[in-house]
Amino acid sequence: MLTFSYYAPTSLNQACRLLSEAQGQARLLAGGTDLLIQMKRNLVKPQFLIDLKKIKRLKGIEYDPEKGLRIRALVTHSELLHNPWILGYYPILAQAAQTIGSVQIRNKGTVGGNLCHAVPSADLAPPLLVLNARAVVRGLKGKKFIPLEEFFCAPNQTILKDGEILQEIEVPRMPERSKAIYLKHGIRRAMEIAIVGVAVLMALKPDRRTCAEVRIALGAVAPTPIRVVEAENSLQGKIIAPEEIEKAASIAAAHAQPITDLRGSAEYRQEIVRVLTARAITHAARII
Amino acid sequence: MKEKEGNKKGKQLSSVSRREFIKGLGAGALGTAALSGGIIALKEAEAHPAEESLEEGIKIPLRLKINGIRYKVEVEPRYTLVDVIRDQLQLTGTKKACDRGECGACTVLLDGKPVYSCMTLAITAAGRDIMTIEGLASGEELHPIQQAFLENDAFQCGFCTSGQIMAVNGLLKQNLNPSREEARNALAGNICRCGTYTRILEATLDASQRLRKGGGNRG
Ligand SMILES: Cc1cc2nc3c(=O)[nH]c(=O)nc-3n(C[C@H](O)[C@H](O)[C@H](O)COP(=O)(O)OP(=O)(O)OC[C@H]3O[C@@H](n4cnc5c(N)ncnc54)[C@H](O)[C@@H]3O)c2cc1C
Ligand code: FES
Ligand code: FES
Repeated sequence: MLTFSYYAPTSLNQACRLLSEAQGQARLLAGGTDLLIQMKRNLVKPQFLIDLKKIKRLKGIEYDPEKGLRIRALVTHSELLHNPWILGYYPILAQAAQTIGSVQIRNKGTVGGNLCHAVPSADLAPPLLVLNARAVVRGLKGKKFIPLEEFFCAPNQTILKDGEILQEIEVPRMPERSKAIYLKHGIRRAMEIAIVGVAVLMALKPDRRTCAEVRIALGAVAPTPIRVVEAENSLQGKIIAPEEIEKAASIAAAHAQPITDLRGSAEYRQEIVRVLTARAITHAARII
Repeated sequence: MKEKEGNKKGKQLSSVSRREFIKGLGAGALGTAALSGGIIALKEAEAHPAEESLEEGIKIPLRLKINGIRYKVEVEPRYTLVDVIRDQLQLTGTKKACDRGECGACTVLLDGKPVYSCMTLAITAAGRDIMTIEGLASGEELHPIQQAFLENDAFQCGFCTSGQIMAVNGLLKQNLNPSREEARNALAGNICRCGTYTRILEATLDASQRLRKGGGNRG
């Protein structure tokens, strides 16, 4: 690893100041499970490393029955897995966290790092997209609220500007009679980047047959994690039936723009999107 | 050598002179530190002019608590925990294989939880409880997990073993009665090139039984 100067500020304000003073030559360090690999390979060469881990404001999970959930940026995947609010009200997040890397990675990797590294396959992105989460971003000028859909710009690129730090993620309450599911396809079950990730949130009307609202998000099949509104619209208001599910799944597959790489061909990924989307919808609708 | 080159390149590219904005950073950091007692790990480093610390890759005195023993080391911020443990402290039970968070050979416990020490900067482990394989046995007496590995023939070349044992130790600190599936899950981040997985799994379940009988995992 190349040399760098290391800073461990204790407040968000300090961190923002250091970050903007460094004029693009600094990187923020959370768990380091992505960043240190990039630095060891000299893919990124920061002159300054600003460690966020001494900032108490970036830690912890809060829940309010009215407002919903607040996940601070430094919350680790292991914390998600064991948090009673997550397990009780947002189990999809624990389900997704469980698929990440290994216990060693989950003990260090953070929610903020997962989102800010902004790879198309980030496993927390599709679940948070279907939960309508929004990012709370802190800069020198104060706070900004950004819907997660607008957060990702390109591979490895978020909407964050120089001097800005992701402070927390706000997740509203799930709708009535709803269920959310994340399905990840990889070759191994552990230590595996998603070939395709699909998250579905399904809310039923009181008859428990009609789709009141559905949200579908895909990972690893476009330059960023995406919502597929066209597929959602085709199912909204319909009675859940196999043909409707197939139709929505096919639309989702058609809107995926995967690439071919050593993990899978574009055609293969598209087919997996169709299969997993149908499976997730069926499953979510059945267990509500 | 390579590293020096990389740095020079960065210097040429920056529009503001490097010296200039390092000064800015140093002053900013010191200013707020004075206000809030901030910049914890770096107080000692801050005593040096920041320019110097960068150009020379200066070392920072650091205290590490490993297996209950306090060690004083000097590290550059870029040193990883595995390198400090092995090269400076000669605790060579912890192994380094992939050096990029993929094999598990370097697994240690940080505040009781398994992490990859090759993916941990030593400076970020200051003040925390670090446990390596050397901390398990008491004198000549092996820890029940080690004993279980021995009696179940759970290794061949042994290179992955200390990492495997530390991963098992982390699991059995949280859950003294893991199911087969939970044990597999806890070991998924540790690769064994010799392919001893079945035996390692048996040893893990055996160790959990020994520890339950013995009244807990104090490892
Ligand atoms: C072996 C291995 C397996 C993995 N498996 C998976 C997997 O299955 N699924 C998956 O999704 N990921 C996986 N990862 C990737 C990684 O572990 C996760 O994305 C993790 O959540 C990253 O978090 P971190 O805290 O370690 O990020 P860091 O490496 O600390 O940071 C990542 C990036 O985000 C920036 N950043 C961090 N926090 C903030 C913040 N608050 N505000 C602004 N910017 C910030 C950093 O500057 C850096 O550029 C794996 C990694 C490894 C090494
Ligand atoms: S050496 Fe650290 S995980 Fe392989
Ligand atoms: S015993 Fe040889 S690598 Fe596991």
